[in-house]
Amino acid sequence: MNNPGEKIPLVHVRNISKHFGEGETRVDALRDVSLKVHPGEVIALLGPSGSGKTTLLNVIGCILEPSSGWISLDGEVVYDGRWLRSDLRKLRLEKVGFIFQFHNLLPFLSSSDNVAVVLSLAGFSAAESKKRAVELLDYLEVGHRKDAMPANLSGGEAQRVAIARALANRPRIILADEPTAALDSQRAGIVMDLLRKVAIEQEAAILAVTHDEKIFDRFDHIFQLRDGCLEAQSMDMDIDRDGIRTRKANKPSA
Amino acid sequence: MNLAYRDIRHNLGRFLLTCFGLSLLLGVVLSMIGIYRGLVEDALTLVRTPAVDVWVVESGTRGPFAEASRIPGDTREAIARLQGVSAAGSVTYQTIEAPHAGRKLRLYVVGFEPGRPGGPDRIATGRSIGRSHYEMVADRRSGLLLGDRLELGRDTFTVVGLTDGQVSSGGDPIIYITLLDSQELQFELAPPAARREIARGTGSGNTDTINAVVARVSANASAESIAEAARRWKHLSTMTQAGQETILTRSVVERARKQIGLFTTLLLIVSAVIIALILYTMTMDKLREIATLKLIGASDRTIIGLILQQALAMGVIGFGFGALLITTIKDYFPRRVLLLPEDGLALGAAVILVCILSSALGVRLALKVDPATALGG
Repeated sequence: MNNPGEKIPLVHVRNISKHFGEGETRVDALRDVSLKVHPGEVIALLGPSGSGKTTLLNVIGCILEPSSGWISLDGEVVYDGRWLRSDLRKLRLEKVGFIFQFHNLLPFLSSSDNVAVVLSLAGFSAAESKKRAVELLDYLEVGHRKDAMPANLSGGEAQRVAIARALANRPRIILADEPTAALDSQRAGIVMDLLRKVAIEQEAAILAVTHDEKIFDRFDHIFQLRDGCLEAQSMDMDIDRDGIRTRKANKPSA
Repeated sequence: MNLAYRDIRHNLGRFLLTCFGLSLLLGVVLSMIGIYRGLVEDALTLVRTPAVDVWVVESGTRGPFAEASRIPGDTREAIARLQGVSAAGSVTYQTIEAPHAGRKLRLYVVGFEPGRPGGPDRIATGRSIGRSHYEMVADRRSGLLLGDRLELGRDTFTVVGLTDGQVSSGGDPIIYITLLDSQELQFELAPPAARREIARGTGSGNTDTINAVVARVSANASAESIAEAARRWKHLSTMTQAGQETILTRSVVERARKQIGLFTTLLLIVSAVIIALILYTMTMDKLREIATLKLIGASDRTIIGLILQQALAMGVIGFGFGALLITTIKDYFPRRVLLLPEDGLALGAAVILVCILSSALGVRLALKVDPATALGG
């Protein structure tokens, strides 16, 4: 699966196809998509509406079973016929964190409880969950809003709480769906810097669907999806000695 | 972390309003059960009050409540002489309307022989009838007070005692007067009519007619044997206390009982539908949150728990409010509302069952929610 000496990817998508319907109504959402994301990498998925970005995110997030191909998450091959729905849920709970376009915080829980709920679902005690939640909120510099309800948070604060929730279980893989779409450019930059910090410090792989051009320079690789195909051309970002990111044409690292 | 409780607390006003609406509905269901019980209890009160074992009525009738019965006044003496009868009394029953304090009182008049079976079993206030004429014991529900004077027929009666909870199967408060007074009230003609009957040669002036004889049997005799012995008189029918109670519940109040029973069943069905719709709507409102919970790894059990716990909380609070409401206002109902603990428990259990079944609709919806919905796209 990997070349000798190559770093083991956290997310390894191999020849994934997904179609909906049959016959005349058949829609090919993904066609033979392959992709690798390594620890510490922050990857962007671009593409017009209907190109298959969210489908790919759903497949990687163990929500949608592919029609063919396989996926390895943190070394575990899923969708090989051995996985029950409950196993996938558990895998999702332990290894994958989600960040949504509109933060999707539970409106009836405070900021800290929105983070703690993930730990609670994973079986941690209430006290332990709360402690870890507050630590995470502090880490994301939104600890002072731990008792605030989501309705009382600003867009940036809500998205940070959402990131804290995604990180609660210390997942190795973070999937983000338009994480900065609801934010202005300044806040979008802050959020992306936070994600990069998380990717580096926690050796996590971050895969984000985005249309937000103003944050393109925050990604290590940018993959383009068109009609379900991962296009040959993607844009890799290089960081020069002065820390300035530039794009360069590259092939997908599949 | 109890998600159901947190969600309720977040939308407390809306949840309590929903519970209040449900409590009104369940209160109505409970009151209907209470009215049904009250109806049966009222019907049985009349027949149980004399605390007798045998009823002797007119031959071929199932009187004196289900059918009219008239027997000679001396029947009581014949029955009292039967071996095994410890006491017997003559009774009359009739419904009258009498004016009092500017309004019409509808009353159920029981005529009895003081000192013999057939009178009130307990006087709540005042005393029992001591004189042979023009005294009465009335139930509080009539609105009469001790010392009140009431015109019945051509005579005026004074209230000397009050009873509690003595009403007929029709809900009319019972008053007790002496047998002689009741016979006059029931059978004596007005003077012009009496004069006409005498002129025709048919007016005997004899009013010694009663509706029934009630008898108690001694400990060493059985009611059945006394009833059997009394059947030798061809102009009389006899039945035991149990038989009389069966007639009352199966004949006199049967239709009303069925009507209320059917209405109560319909109300329970309506409640179930409403509870199901409320729970379905509550789940619909939370679909995005449920999708998010599923996406972040919540198990089906967590989702079912969220919906079921809210359903049960709504049912318990709604039932509690409803029961409290009806317990508070039941005495203001025009007819007796009898709330028995076992009925309350049965309805409570039914509500819990309905909540569980009704939440199935919401649970089904929630379990079908695709976690991908949270991601959009």
